[in-house]
Formats: sequence, C-alpha cells, structure tokens
Amino acid sequence: MPEITMPKLSDTMTEGTLLRWCKQKGDPIDIGDLLAEVETDKATMEMEAFEEGILSELFVEEGAKVAVGAPIAFILGKNETLTERSPSTSPPTAPTSSTSTSLTPPAITPGSSRQAVPSNTTISSIRIKVSPLARKIAAERGLRLETVAGKGTGPGGRIIAADVIHAPLTPIPTSTGSASSSSILPTPISGNPHSEIPLTNMRQIIAQRLLASKTQIPHFYLSIEIDAAPMVAFRKEFNTLGNKITFNDLVLLAVARAAMEKPKINAAFGLTSIFQYESVNLCVAIAVEEGLVTPVIRDAHLKSLPEISAAVKDLAIRAREKKLRPEEFSGGTITVSNLGAYGINEFCAIINPPQAAILAVGAIVKKPVVDAQDQIVVGQRLSITLSGDHRVVDGAVAAEYLSALRLLLESPNKLLPV
Amino acid sequence: MPLITYRKALNEAFAEELSRDESVFLMGEEVAEYNGAYKVTEGLWERFGSKRVIDTPISEAAFLGLGVGAAMMGLRPVVELMFWSFAYVGFDQIINNAGCVRYMSGGLINVPMVIRGPANGGTSVGATHSHTPENLIANTPGLKVVCPATPYDAKGLMIASIRDNDTVCFMENTLLYGTTGEVPEGSYTIPLGVADCKREGTDISFITYGRAVLTALEAAVILQAEHGISAEVIDLRSIRPLDEEAILNSVAKTHRVVLIDENKPFCGISSQIAATIAEKAFDELDAPILRVTALDAPAIYSMPLEKLQLPTPERIVNKALTLF
Repeated sequence: MPEITMPKLSDTMTEGTLLRWCKQKGDPIDIGDLLAEVETDKATMEMEAFEEGILSELFVEEGAKVAVGAPIAFILGKNETLTERSPSTSPPTAPTSSTSTSLTPPAITPGSSRQAVPSNTTISSIRIKVSPLARKIAAERGLRLETVAGKGTGPGGRIIAADVIHAPLTPIPTSTGSASSSSILPTPISGNPHSEIPLTNMRQIIAQRLLASKTQIPHFYLSIEIDAAPMVAFRKEFNTLGNKITFNDLVLLAVARAAMEKPKINAAFGLTSIFQYESVNLCVAIAVEEGLVTPVIRDAHLKSLPEISAAVKDLAIRAREKKLRPEEFSGGTITVSNLGAYGINEFCAIINPPQAAILAVGAIVKKPVVDAQDQIVVGQRLSITLSGDHRVVDGAVAAEYLSALRLLLESPNKLLPV
Repeated sequence: MPLITYRKALNEAFAEELSRDESVFLMGEEVAEYNGAYKVTEGLWERFGSKRVIDTPISEAAFLGLGVGAAMMGLRPVVELMFWSFAYVGFDQIINNAGCVRYMSGGLINVPMVIRGPANGGTSVGATHSHTPENLIANTPGLKVVCPATPYDAKGLMIASIRDNDTVCFMENTLLYGTTGEVPEGSYTIPLGVADCKREGTDISFITYGRAVLTALEAAVILQAEHGISAEVIDLRSIRPLDEEAILNSVAKTHRVVLIDENKPFCGISSQIAATIAEKAFDELDAPILRVTALDAPAIYSMPLEKLQLPTPERIVNKALTLF
C-alpha cells in the first residue's frame, strides 16, 4: 500500500501547504489523477498520483503545513483490504508546539501567531540521511541539518560533505538569541486592536533568507551616479526601430556584461573557497502580491537587448500568475533590484544569498550637473548602489566592476551585437 | 634500473640472502633440481648446492615441521609451498608451532622462517588449488603475512622477510610471476607493515594488495578518463603488520573508500580493514565503506567464469560510481 508523502517541489522547499484535496477519501485513483494542490514557498503546484488504487486515508486537512517527506495519504492497491493505518510518522492531527517542528524555518515567527492558526502544523522526527563527515562538518559550522534536509546530493539523497560545506547558515535560536529576538517581536498594544495575518510560505522564506543574509554576510555599499542622457537617447532611437525595451532592460544587460568583464563579482562565498562562475545567471527582483521573487535569466550576458527584454517580461507575467517553475529560481549568480518605477532615486539592497553582490537601481532623474565646461546644466542621472559581500569582493574590486558598468551604460551602443 | 620479472626479483632475493647468510636455506617440492614448479628458484641449486637448496617429499606437514624445527634451532629456512592451498595439510605446523612457539616459550624461542608460494585464483586450476589464505593466517597473532604486487616490492619484502625473526607467510601470485618492473640490483629491504601509495588521488581511496593492486590501478585510469574521478590506490603490501596509518590518512584525504582484494568476502581482509576504518575514521567518511572481492563461492574451474569471480576493473569502477 503506497504511502503518499509531501513532495519536494523546489530546492528551498522544506514544507508545503496542502491547499486543497482534489479527491476525497474512498475515491478510486488512476495514475496521473490530480490528488491535491500544494503551495510551496515559490508557487502553487499540482500533485499527481503515481499509483492506482483507492484513496484510503487522508492524514492532512486542507490548509495544513506539512514537512517535505511526511506522509499525507495512503492509496490502497486494487487487491488490498482496508485496514486501519496510521502514517509511519505521527500525523499532524493537532497543532504542535513550534519547538518540535524541526523542518520549519527557525523561530522568527512569534509563537503566539503560530498557535493562532489552527492548521499551522508540521511534522518532525523524520530521519535525515547524512554521511558521518557531513554530520561532523555541519556540527563544526553550527549548521542545523534540518535546513539541508531533502537537499542531499549523495546516492539516495544522502546529505554529503559538499551539501553542508556551503549551505547557508540559519540563525540558531539560543537562550540569549531568543531573548533578544523576542524584544523585537510585537506585543498587543492596549487601545489599538490588531489583526494577525499568518505568514505565507513565501513570507517565511523571505524572512529567513534575508535575516540570514543581513546578519551573516558582511555587507558593504558603493554608489555611482551615471550620466543617463546617452541611455535615454539610445533607447529612444532603438525603440524607433520597432523595439520596446525599457531602461531596466539596458541596466540588466549591462550588469550581466560587466560581470563577465569583471568575473570576481560573479561569485559566491564557500566555506573553504570562493565559487567564481563562468556565466552570468541574472536574478531579477520582481514584486508580486505576496512579496518578492527573484527568478533567473540564465546566461544573461549572451542575450541581446530584445531577448533580455522579452525574458524579463515573461518572468514578470508568470511570477504574478505563480506559474514559474521551481528550477527557474535556482542558480542565480548576481541580482538586480530596480525601484525606479516606484519613484525611488537611490537605495541599498540586501544581498540575495549565496551571491556576492546585488545592484539597487533607482529612477532616472533630471538634476543640475556641472558639465565639462564647468557650466551648470540640466543632466539626466541614474543612481546605482552595489551591495557586496566583503568576504568575496573588496571595495576596489567592486569599484572596478561599477566602472565597467558605467562605461557600458554611458555608451549603450556597446550593448549592441558587434 | 634493470627491468625484470616478479619471478626473477624473488630469485635475486634468495640469491642475495643465500650468499649473505649461511643459515639461510631453501626447501620445498622440486625447488632444487627441477628449478621450482614455477621456476622461482631457477639456478639456485646449481649455484648453492644440495645443502642450501633442498628437494622435499610431497608432504607439507613434514617439511613445514622440519622448517619450524630448523628455525627454532637458529637456521633461516625459506619453505616453498607449490601452492599455498597445500598449506592446509600443514596447518598444525604453521598455526600451532610457527605461530605460537615464541609466545609459548615466553619469548625465548623465535621461529625465523619464511613460508612462501603462490596463493591466488584466476588460473583455472580448481577450488583446491586456488585458495587465498591470507585472512586465515593473519587471524593468528604471531604470524606475519606479506602479499607483494610488484617485482620491486617482492624483492625488498622477501629480503626483509628472510631477515625477520618471526615466521612470515609470503603469498605470491602465479599471474604476477611474469609481470615486469624496475628492480635495483643488489640487496635492499622494504619494512613489513608499510603500505605504498601506488597512485595519488583526491576523490576516492582504493585500499588493496596483491594482484588486485593492478586491477585497482586499471580501474583508477578508467575512472579518471571516463568520469573525472581521481582515485588513490593504496597498496598495503603486508597484511600483518597492517599499515593502519596509511589507510586512515587516505580515507581522511578522500572521504570515500572501496576495499579491493581477491580474498573471499566473508571474514576477509577487507572486512578487517572496513572495521578499522569504521572504528577509527568514522567521521571522515562521506559515503559507506564498500568492497570489491572475489565472489563468495569456491574458486570456479571454468576459466571465463573464474575471470568474473575475481575483481575486474569494471566491477571496481561500477562500485566506485555508486558512491558519487
């Protein structure tokens, strides 16, 4: 009798929310039938049956959060009889205390809010397959094995040394840590009633990853102001030829090309080495209703302007429709966040781990500038701020990168095919 | 350095020691006038005469006992077994006498004997001629076991074994007798209990000895060429004493290990090494300890089948790949 477990639908997924059962207990199941809809940290996905039979048990109620690998249902084979079954690990029948939920993100959620949501339950005590060496390295690094559970790349999904050497650390709730974190958590304010909005998976992941990034990566910031007049002129002329590119498209391609010229920026910090990548997989921050996603444009440096433009447009549309596939979120090497359209002139972004740099792009603004003849004239300027991981790149390296970026953006013809 | 065969390297070792030390003598079935069943002692009877190179009757129990007695009285016998498989009729002499006399005499009496001969399968001579008793012998405290893979190691280890004050069971291989390698002229020794890294690698360790060293080296070449996996090959050379440090160092370097030998798997040499690694290097392992050994059956007489029974480069490669 096959046990159906919560599938791992994305590389960062540790738990999923069972949004809806598409079949009821007792329903006959054919291979390929839609069993359920599952919400991951990235998207809502459909779950199909790989076995035929009768759906004999449902262990999870709609709306419940379930750890990856935990049983959610049983399908009874054609010739099997129905007997009382319980899942191989304890089912999420009742809300459990957050301390036992080892597969959930660490305690960045107020305990009270978890309990306020009855369906917010998870399953712990799943045996994690891990090699002795990986276990030792994880202990030395202070890495909780739960955070890499299900991500093992060894035979049979075993977690091996390579999986833990570079895994991002998540904060360990210690007695002092929880004390200090509780001081930044909200408490009810008398005379000011509040509503509690349960954290979505996406909100939890954003909270977890950005907290880890801001607390563990030594950020530094460098800003440049670019003369945007050539970009404005270039875009106008380019679009008269039937194209429809945006300023952001120009920035994206320039960021990718500059990263190929100065590859030290296109890197990530490993425990014992720096990973320097040979091609640029460009993450683009896209605001969606629930928060923010950073899908990847692979080999962005090889694309033309219209190709970059089409790729971003496609990602943005599908991101808002939650139609991006999990693999479209993985493998990024550098990120661009552009708030220019929101009227932000300049800002600093938090690094998208494990990358080494993120570029915060503002709006093109008209302002008085001193020109080559020392005259004050009306200029068009664009601010870009780089946040760098100082473990990977130093100020001078990042400055060289920004100067390569400036060169491209101030002579946008260089972005055209040779 | 001269390129000579494994057979000739052993022959040189005997000649060196027969010349150097009058207490050394060779003994065994047809080692003298016939020059040895596998010609390892060729020319030695002619050169050193009947007192130093002695033909025996076909009775292993008798001449092994004779060797133990001679050694207890101060000679250094080198006793040839036409096959190590025939040692089994002389086990009382090897285990109870050669292996236990020093202990039973409170350290007063040593048994400086070398028992030598081929101990290998793979030649279609049937189950009773194809035993690999290195694990049986090594199970007895008091006995030493040496299994050289190359001509250079064979000569240096043989001279060291003859000079050793305990009984050394020296296991050769008929399939190696004709292999060649560079061997220095004259006398040199390789200490017992010192492994040799036959190929440096970073991704996986092959711990092996005897002819399996050559098989492992072939597998390492395939892994590098076809899979980009860098395998290290550690040749133990002697089973007892065992160079644990070399084993553990290699495991600590590569974190993956496949143990390879032509011994049977059940309570075989690789079982002992696996236990050692699990006990002393558990936290270095990034994958389970795996073995490639002879298949667990009496040595198969059919030549094509027997070839499959012993470790092949393909079996080693396939086993190694399961660890990545």
